[in-house]
Amino acid sequence: MKTREICKLLNAKVLAGEHLLDNDIESAFGSDLMSDVLTFANGRMALLTGLNNPQVIRTAEMSDIPLIIFVRGRTPSEEVVKMASERDICILATEFIMYEACGTLYKAGLLPCTRLSNV
Amino acid sequence: MALYTRQAFFHALDFQMYDKIFAEYIFTISHGNFEMAGSASSSIKKILKHMEMGKAFIRRVCIACYEVEMNMVIHSIGGKIRLEILPNGVTIIAEDFGPGIPDIEKALKDGFSTASKEIISKGFGAGRGFSNIKLNSDRFNINSQVGKGTRLELLFIFRKE
Ligand SMILES: Nc1ncnc2c1ncn2[C@@H]1O[C@H](COP(=O)(O)OP(=O)(O)OP(=O)(O)O)[C@@H](O)[C@H]1O
Ligand SMILES: [Mg+2]
Repeated sequence: MKTREICKLLNAKVLAGEHLLDNDIESAFGSDLMSDVLTFANGRMALLTGLNNPQVIRTAEMSDIPLIIFVRGRTPSEEVVKMASERDICILATEFIMYEACGTLYKAGLLPCTRLSNV
Repeated sequence: MALYTRQAFFHALDFQMYDKIFAEYIFTISHGNFEMAGSASSSIKKILKHMEMGKAFIRRVCIACYEVEMNMVIHSIGGKIRLEILPNGVTIIAEDFGPGIPDIEKALKDGFSTASKEIISKGFGAGRGFSNIKLNSDRFNINSQVGKGTRLELLFIFRKE
């Protein structure tokens, strides 16, 4: 699924990585615990999270996650957005709560990241 | 808990050139600096990318290194992380100045954590860090003494990608 489509489904704002909207995303993972994310992360995964601190970007950077979706109207600081831009990580922000954001993407056919191999 | 000397650490993997270090980088990690936390791992990622190591290899090293770095920031009073570039892999050596881990066996268990509520609210404290470190490294060595500090040695061997 294209990032652009995910953005539309979640009625999200693009905060970073406008040029990455045509990236293909194959799976997703929702969590507020970074070590959990690091266990399951892969290079074509979307991370949905209610956290918005710099460590979310670091976690994505280390594990090659190309897309972060901040749920529940959480907007990150300018510094965090800048960090993501510098690393070519796309950031979306949605008003949807975690449950609704995950449910919407699941219904649209985005797989849980555990059903894909680590790539 | 098996502890290896530097020589045994590498010999167990038929690693003949354990003493041939091509390059060495040292990073200082301070306690509680959450804004800066992860910057050593970030630099290490840049170095390994610059050396054109494989993507999957870099990812393994960086995930493990980031867990080590976050543990130092959160649980220790500070220390150093050393990256060594070897002929067939890299090592990460992390040493902090305390407080040390009273029960290593317990600390290594998946799900065990002493993290505070505040740390959990920042996204850490699942007790999975050590599991991720083990999962991503080819050899894992830990030595800790209460009042003295913790030393971690991780080895990553290049694989065909
Ligand atoms: N450098 C260290 N110094 C002192 N104690 C440590 C150090 N590293 C880890 N520990 C102890 O080991 C425990 C387990 O560490 P681990 O990384 O597995 O989980 P965590 O850091 O608590 O949570 P997570 O890594 O999932 O965010 C920690 O809660 C802490 O008590
Ligand atoms: Mg940890």
